[in-house]
Amino acid sequence: MKNRDEIAQALASSGYIADSELVTAISLMQLLKRPLLLEGQAGVGKTEVAKALAFVHATELIRLQCYEGLDQSSALYEWNYQRQLLAIQARHGKDADAIEDQIFSERYLLERPLLAAIRRQQPPVLLIDEIDRADDEFEAFLLELLSDFQVSIPELGTIAATTVPHVVLTSNGTRELSDALRRRCLYHYVDYPDIDREGRIIMARIDGASASLSLQIARMVHGIRKEELRKVPGVAETLDWAAALVGLDVHDLHDVPELVHETLMCLVKTQEDRSRLTRQVSDRLLGKVA
Amino acid sequence: MSCCGQNREFEEIDEVSSLVSKRLAGFLHTLRDAGFAVGLAEGQDAAAAIAAGYAARPVLLRSALKHLFSARKSDWDKFDGIFDAFWLAKRVRSRAVATGAAKPANNPSLKSFQDTGLTQGAGPSATDQISSTDDAPDGRGGEGRMEGASRAENLDEVDFRKFADPEQVADAHAAAARLAKAMRTRLTRRDIARRRGYRLDLRRTIHNNISHGGVPIALAKRRRKDKPLRLIVLLDASGSMSMYTSVFLRFIHGVLDEFHEAEAFLFHTRLAYVSSAMKERDAGRALDRLSLLAQGAGGGTKIGESLATFNRHHAARVIHSRSCVMIVSDGYETGDTALLGREMAALARRCRRIVWLNPMAGWAGYAPEARGIKAALPHVDLYAPANTLKSLSALEPYLARL
Repeated sequence: MKNRDEIAQALASSGYIADSELVTAISLMQLLKRPLLLEGQAGVGKTEVAKALAFVHATELIRLQCYEGLDQSSALYEWNYQRQLLAIQARHGKDADAIEDQIFSERYLLERPLLAAIRRQQPPVLLIDEIDRADDEFEAFLLELLSDFQVSIPELGTIAATTVPHVVLTSNGTRELSDALRRRCLYHYVDYPDIDREGRIIMARIDGASASLSLQIARMVHGIRKEELRKVPGVAETLDWAAALVGLDVHDLHDVPELVHETLMCLVKTQEDRSRLTRQVSDRLLGKVA
Repeated sequence: MSCCGQNREFEEIDEVSSLVSKRLAGFLHTLRDAGFAVGLAEGQDAAAAIAAGYAARPVLLRSALKHLFSARKSDWDKFDGIFDAFWLAKRVRSRAVATGAAKPANNPSLKSFQDTGLTQGAGPSATDQISSTDDAPDGRGGEGRMEGASRAENLDEVDFRKFADPEQVADAHAAAARLAKAMRTRLTRRDIARRRGYRLDLRRTIHNNISHGGVPIALAKRRRKDKPLRLIVLLDASGSMSMYTSVFLRFIHGVLDEFHEAEAFLFHTRLAYVSSAMKERDAGRALDRLSLLAQGAGGGTKIGESLATFNRHHAARVIHSRSCVMIVSDGYETGDTALLGREMAALARRCRRIVWLNPMAGWAGYAPEARGIKAALPHVDLYAPANTLKSLSALEPYLARL
């Protein structure tokens, strides 16, 4: 178990610039063995938290992407039907019971993310991404798994977890999650980073981005987020834009106002927003950037 | 583990921890009052965290308990204020936060109204009727009615035009949005449950596996392709409807927002296509954009002409086999009523159902005498009052059947 300082250091060396709240969340996760539920707008870096966590614990990241209609067979386990059929044919005419024992053994079991996560030797980070996209039934099933950490497979019996994974759930809020699931989890709201933190993120992620340029970019993006846009640019977009500017050999945004305006397509991705960010608007925002 | 504050004496930390633990029960109580769902398990975990040294600094304790006790964004936002008020005795700020924080009555409306709605299914005419709520009580009128019931519940039966102060209007808007959201969830959920039933396509499986000697190795599955219900809303924004337009806009915004199969139109003397404005996530902004589009309203209503425009230019695109057209209007036609009748007939041929919501039908003693309504009624499948939140919620079972 790591203490707070070690976690903060490990996060920093993974390239994830965390705020102190998140460090607390991660240390509490270890202490209380509870999953962490991350909510926040799209593009604020929820998935990145899980990746950073895997780095902190120096372990594998197992990811389960949720979608409407996700069921147990693609999340937990499935029998390898093709192999089973072939095995039956190959042993044609032999004792039926023996064949049955054989084809319902581990060799014919296909591990899916959830089963994989509880059978590792070293506890992995299990990222259950966009849980709000999955159906209610799946959520209920997940709740059961998260409290018992065991899986029962009718043909094989109950499989208990060898290790308890570090579970991170993310949600974009397209559907209200059940109270039961919320209560099971620690909660952390991921907000857009403030100017200073976003500047440091740019510096850490983009090679060749100077401190002053990073801060300018962060200020500019901060201003753009305050404009009434349909799709507010996330951190990923900021990084794209920073990479573009560095690639175009920009050192100071004030030198190249027209280039700033032209490259804004890295940040705004809809026609409507694009037309809202006119040259006047971008110049005005640029004017506010010190 | 020595999480933090290593340079302090351990005895000191222990002392702080025990003090904090003693007051923890009181804090949990405060949180529950503020609408947090915290139980015994959270209390135990909090005690464990405190024992592990999280009580060394107030900021750290606040951050730890915040992760533990919050369950959603609203909790997350108000937690710091409540914590500071309780532990650090910042009183003034706390009051404001704590009172504003009470958990809203958990959507009182839906369940109880489901049964009331559509009992008189097929009346003497071909038109379905929702029982009109003549006796809608005057919200503020009888003090007795307020007893024991929350104001939110009372709002359900108050006619929209009787809302006086801005606060009440805001409440009604919020209630309409909540109602719409609940309806949307339920309507979509039914849809998903139906889509679930995929089954094996035996014919295709056998055919595909001829090369394996008929042993079914590659399974072909069959899934029912389902068209979700599509709502098309035509809202009358003329002067005579001005009392109701804002609440309906809010309601419709709630229904349409993220409901991917929905279209909205606004009409007065012309027809305006407003789906894109309605799909604006933020209700306030959507209404702002709409009020721009609605300008020039108030000069009279040409329902017939507006419908003709709809039929000619939009209908083919927006109407499919599982569509319901919802017209919200009082039916005061200033144009040609014969045209209205013709266009209604054309529309009825095209779509599955036409729902006509008339706020005035909820008034005591109202009869559909307006010429416009008379011309339109023969083609309408459901004619409903919709002047109160209650009557809006009664629509849901009807829509779910489509």
